[in-house]
Amino acid sequence: MSTIKIPPVLRASTGGEREVAADGSNVGEVLRALASSHPATEAQLFGDDGTLNRYVNVYLNDEDVRVLDGLDTAVKDSDTLVILPAMAGGR
Amino acid sequence: MEGLRNKPCGGRYGDIVEAIGNTPLVELKRLSPKPGVRIYAKLESHNPTGSVKDRVARGLIEDAEAKGAIQPGQTILEPTSGNTGISLAMICKRKGYPLKVVMPDNVTEERTQLLRMYGADIVYSPGAQGSNGAVAMALEMAAGDSSYYMPYQYGNSANPDSHYNGTALEILEELDDVTAFVAGLGTGGTLMGNGRRLKEHDPSTLVVAAEPLQGELVQGLRSLDDGFIPPIIDLSLIDRKIFVSNRDSVVWTKRLLAEEGMFVGVSSGAIAAIAVRIAGELDEGNVVFVVADDGWKYLSSGVYTKPIEQLEAEGVLDSASFW
Repeated sequence: MSTIKIPPVLRASTGGEREVAADGSNVGEVLRALASSHPATEAQLFGDDGTLNRYVNVYLNDEDVRVLDGLDTAVKDSDTLVILPAMAGGR
Repeated sequence: MEGLRNKPCGGRYGDIVEAIGNTPLVELKRLSPKPGVRIYAKLESHNPTGSVKDRVARGLIEDAEAKGAIQPGQTILEPTSGNTGISLAMICKRKGYPLKVVMPDNVTEERTQLLRMYGADIVYSPGAQGSNGAVAMALEMAAGDSSYYMPYQYGNSANPDSHYNGTALEILEELDDVTAFVAGLGTGGTLMGNGRRLKEHDPSTLVVAAEPLQGELVQGLRSLDDGFIPPIIDLSLIDRKIFVSNRDSVVWTKRLLAEEGMFVGVSSGAIAAIAVRIAGELDEGNVVFVVADDGWKYLSSGVYTKPIEQLEAEGVLDSASFW
């Protein structure tokens, strides 16, 4: 099982849990497992077309999966996924 | 010439705005994890107001002048969490444009003082909303008052162009090969402009983004709907995008100081952390990272003098805005 770290904005949808363990061989499967154990997260994570919402960033071991293989990025058992809202930086 | 210790010298310029750029590229021998991999810091802190944003601000203003969009006396409005505002303030003062900046209210006191010093007007946005809040407020102000000219660094190609035609050319002047280029992800200007030029030179150059992982306190005040992706960002140009926690950023800022004698801003600590990580994955080559600014503006946060445990206990790592 990999570990998903839940950001404060999503904790209302996970019953306050900060970390959720989920199964899956790629990022998409792991997030689908989260959506099935905590259905309130689904609409926040995925759009109607099943793709990741534009303002949701998912990081596999600190790296944004969008510049890896997206939802197809392979996940190992000991991996950690972090979900974060996209934010502006800059000065 | 006899007696000149460092060549080339910094050049001769007609005024301070012309003196922007031509910054040193400095090797970090102690932090390189492998003998075949060289790590270089591009010291953008050596610009006239102390940050990489001098290049961007000059590009934004010169672009507006070239388009005929501004005349002396025109008020410029821009959202910024500091450095762009400070650079714009210097350039606008020099060129005769009144400047109004929108800035989160939780930035360090030094930034406010520098802006005032150059005569800028400051409008504060809620700190909890970070740069997003400043952007939203500035867009609203500009929509409600057509007398403002907003360069809008997040959506203006003059921002990446200042790197495409400046920073990247300077790097290629000094190095034949750049294996990886690492910079912070803020507006995206540094990554896009340098990335595009470096990949044109060598398509195999890795472009790596370091981005801040906001503290839980800051995160908790936002919703997913608050998301914002700067329009100038083209993710297809970025090969790796890696986040760094405030804690690691501060740890690496201290390491740069202790091991290399480099006094840099906290975001540059984060960028160095990723540069060293990438260097560790290579067998040989050159890794270049951008030091966006130096540490002066962050002294009041205590990060350079207090131990990390104390900063943690005081909540500085959770609530401060270093980017």
